[in-house]
Amino acid sequence: MSDVSLLARPVAEVAADIASERLARDAAVDASLAAFGEANAGPEGLNAVLYTDAEGVRSELSARSFGATDRAGATAPSGATERAAALGVHASSPLPLAGIPVAIKDNIATLRMPTSCGSKILEGYVSPFEATVIARLRAAGAVLPMKTNMDEFAMGSSTENSAFGVTKHPMDHSRVPGGSSGGSAAIVAAGVTRLALGSETGGSVRQPAAFCGIVGVKPTYGRVSRHGLVAFASSLDQVGVFGQSVDDAALGLQVIAGVDALDSTTVDVPVDGFRVGRNDASAQPLAGVVVGRPAEYFPESLDPRMRSLLDRAADHLRALGAEVREVSLPHTSLAIPVYYIVAPAEASSNLARFDGARYGLRVEGDGLRAMYEATRSQGFGPEVTRRILLGTYVLSAGYYDAYYKRAMAVRQLIAADFTRVFASGVHVLLTPTTPTTAFIAGSKKDPYEMYMSDIFTATANLAGVPAMSQPIGRLDGLPVGGQLLASHFDEATMFRVAYALERALGVEAHT
Amino acid sequence: MAVSEDDVRHVAALARLGLSETQVTSLVGELNGILAHMDELQQVDITATSAEPDATHGMRMRDDVPNPISLHAEREAFAPLMRDGFFLVPRLSTHGAGDSADDEGEG
Amino acid sequence: MSTDGYEMVIGLEVHCQLKTRTKLFSAASAQFGDAPNSNTDAVCLGLPGALPVLNRHAITLATRAALGLGCTVHEVSVFARKHYFYPDLPKGYQISQFDRPLATGGKIVIGTHADGSEKAIGITRVHVEEDAGKSVHDRFTGFSAIDLNRAGTPLIEIVSEPDLRSAADAGAYLRELKQIIEYTEVSDASMEEGSLRVDVNISARPVGQSAFGTRTEIKNLNSFSGVEQSIALEFARQCTVLRAGVVIEQRTMLWDGHKGEVRPARAKEGSHDYRYFPEPDLPPLVLRATWIQEQRDGLAELPAAKRARFGSQYGLSTHDVEQLTASRALADRFEAIAAASGEAKRAANWLLGVVLAAVKVRGGDVLTHPVSVARLGELITLELEGAVSNTAAKQIFGILEREDGEPRAIAEREGLLQVSDDSALVAWIEEVLVEMPEEAARFLGGEKKLQGVLVGAVMKKSKGSADPKKVNGLLSKRSSSPATGL
Ligand SMILES: [Mg+2]
Ligand SMILES: [Zn+2]
Repeated sequence: MSDVSLLARPVAEVAADIASERLARDAAVDASLAAFGEANAGPEGLNAVLYTDAEGVRSELSARSFGATDRAGATAPSGATERAAALGVHASSPLPLAGIPVAIKDNIATLRMPTSCGSKILEGYVSPFEATVIARLRAAGAVLPMKTNMDEFAMGSSTENSAFGVTKHPMDHSRVPGGSSGGSAAIVAAGVTRLALGSETGGSVRQPAAFCGIVGVKPTYGRVSRHGLVAFASSLDQVGVFGQSVDDAALGLQVIAGVDALDSTTVDVPVDGFRVGRNDASAQPLAGVVVGRPAEYFPESLDPRMRSLLDRAADHLRALGAEVREVSLPHTSLAIPVYYIVAPAEASSNLARFDGARYGLRVEGDGLRAMYEATRSQGFGPEVTRRILLGTYVLSAGYYDAYYKRAMAVRQLIAADFTRVFASGVHVLLTPTTPTTAFIAGSKKDPYEMYMSDIFTATANLAGVPAMSQPIGRLDGLPVGGQLLASHFDEATMFRVAYALERALGVEAHT
Repeated sequence: MAVSEDDVRHVAALARLGLSETQVTSLVGELNGILAHMDELQQVDITATSAEPDATHGMRMRDDVPNPISLHAEREAFAPLMRDGFFLVPRLSTHGAGDSADDEGEG
Repeated sequence: MSTDGYEMVIGLEVHCQLKTRTKLFSAASAQFGDAPNSNTDAVCLGLPGALPVLNRHAITLATRAALGLGCTVHEVSVFARKHYFYPDLPKGYQISQFDRPLATGGKIVIGTHADGSEKAIGITRVHVEEDAGKSVHDRFTGFSAIDLNRAGTPLIEIVSEPDLRSAADAGAYLRELKQIIEYTEVSDASMEEGSLRVDVNISARPVGQSAFGTRTEIKNLNSFSGVEQSIALEFARQCTVLRAGVVIEQRTMLWDGHKGEVRPARAKEGSHDYRYFPEPDLPPLVLRATWIQEQRDGLAELPAAKRARFGSQYGLSTHDVEQLTASRALADRFEAIAAASGEAKRAANWLLGVVLAAVKVRGGDVLTHPVSVARLGELITLELEGAVSNTAAKQIFGILEREDGEPRAIAEREGLLQVSDDSALVAWIEEVLVEMPEEAARFLGGEKKLQGVLVGAVMKKSKGSADPKKVNGLLSKRSSSPATGL
């Protein structure tokens, strides 16, 4: 019998109970699979999930125990144990995610389910190797029962661009859950799992987290390995975490973070202090913390009710001992133009490998070139096609300097804004995550209008700084996200503020 | 800098995307719509930026020891077409039998 | 078809495969000759989600080569993606270097000008990049077959300045470059095996004109002689075109070694637009100045320096020096033998003569030849002392190839110690004069040219143990007093 109430308990507690055998090792998975049915999260309902592996997960669980002798698991693929050992995660006992189901975005390589990136060009493709983040989750005791829907190759902000259908907002089926990691956000918001992985390039975790009323974290660039994350824009991509609560997300990130020999852009910075704030019930836990409010994230056009929700959050932070200061990040408005040059440029390059020769879709044509063109035009959807063309254009002879090179220069200015503010004594920034709440599906017809959904989030990807969204209230019944940003590799302070704010807001976060 | 239909065709050819004429027409509009928003970058003063690569973290390197990323499936399991261990693709139209010279690629 | 009045301008792009165990960006084996696609992993196959990780040893080798070519190795260099679609390029881009290469500004000296100044060919840059796989077009009807075992193998590309003015210049440059690469031990540098590949950029211009003409590129070259022949042919073709008042079309030409001709590549190249940009999966390559200096200090003596030293230190002829420095192994062997024997000239003669001939017969190389440096040194010393004749020494060398032993002991055992005792020699001479009456009569009658024949006969009779100098002396004396005898 499954106990769906388990899903109301923090991940850390449930994992500890499973590890100590107070709970059956499959208790959390059973609860999630039951909730999956109730939430109707598959293709007939929310369409948040593309593939499930209930059988594989159950047999994996039955073969393991989470006692002291357990390692990466008897049915784990060969090599996984060594790999986990190399990642330094085998030793932690009790396993921090013992028996915890984690939903995985469809662009992260897993062995037993396809990794199709929401694209026809990879339909049915099962990766012969698994991502480092997956190896780390498994080594920590987690199991992976489902792959979630996404905008094709993570290009979109609504999960309407999937080749496998639109994902619906769990609270209002006429609306979008945000994107591109909309499937993962919806599954956590619907109460199916408490933890899910997504990926970020310009806000693809934080924006759907905000829309769906859950916590979403984008770590510092270089904090989490991209090995096994199918690349969209390599200099911006990071794996991110969704959680029901700040602690779920912080714990999830702690497990997947760390330097990786298979990703040259990861940085060897200690992964610690993420969860120090979780039990701090003192009156002034944020004494000495300086919170900046960047004027550029509060434009005239911002819905005044959203502004007042942010004001309320800022008041709480003050009450918790933080100093709240007005600051300026003057190049913020340039983030979207810069992002929509850099990201498509890198995407046009990263997606060149999908050519029908070695894996994935192949559409025959008369000769090699015709095969390439047929495969790629039929395999990629309209948004991906648009961005490949845009990216190819900005890199092509005669346009490189005017577009790509200039965008990379302006990107430095955007990053320098953050450097300057954090050097001035500010620890974290508080902003709205999105300019609006979840919008009606099909309402954004103009591509650039859709791109503007990322106006407050793309800056963190361009600068490489960590950022997260957490629920801070509702507008017309729809969740509003508050965004916290911190300096490079200072996730610890970001989480410290997030824990305190979550505790102070209490039920206000969802009302 | 407005994109023309020929630009779209040229870029599509570089990217090996087969486009219908209808697609070309609509893409001209879409790309110009997007690129119009990029023009503001031309006005930005970038004199304070550096052309030097950011070498803060440098490159980690690995030892020259065989340790391939092991694959849990045969190549045949994911390849569209294989024979005798080779991936097969349609022969380049410029290659008749017995011609092994590579005239479209680059060394 | 005259080339009079035109000058050729050539620049060469040379790719060398670095000798590593694994690939440039993946830990898959870089070995050749295995089953197709067996030495490929997620990175070499360009699987979704795979990322490049740089091989440190490849950078060490590339640095060594660049320093050997006189380049400045930069503390910061950047990898870049070069895009084009081809089925043997799994990612749709090659990871190479573009505007921030590993090294720039070297030179290779290929000789001296008439005024004695050195003839140096500039090296624009040395950069590191990954190789492509192989496409086999004639194995399956209607298909090209792709083998990615070679994909990702580390290469350096060495780009020369357009300083070369003749096919002979190009040949000299390549031979010197190959020798430097071999001396630095970074590559097998074999054109035949494809570990050294040459592309030629060539243009023609009227003598006296400073602007360059339109160039063509010659590819598919597989030998140095092919390079030289193709340059001559392509230059002649360009001159003919120019003389007819037609413009040269910038395009790729292919060398056909079987037919000995240069022809245009069949596919007309579209204007290549490689869309280079910095590889975002790899941070800049940062090398410490002290590390670069260590590599420089650890560099083996380069061919030019070795040649100069061999000439001055050992007093050898240019010809001998050229031969002895052909490879580092041979040069090292020479120096070891010279030290062991104490006489460089004789050591050179032995190595270039007897030893190389023996190696040619046996196969292998000088290092694997069974006669050790010490034994050869002893043998040469024996010869220098006059204890054995050169003929006898060669015989002993032959014995040493089959069995190890002290050369002097072998000489004793085989009766090859030189006999310089006059009475024994005189006895042999008299026997020969009796056995060869006709030659003896003519020799004693004044025909000096027959002395050699008689010396040979005496040597034969002594089984090589006679001291030929003494025999000569005794015979000369004998002929000046023919009646009396000795
Ligand atoms: Mg080249
Ligand atoms: Zn090259």
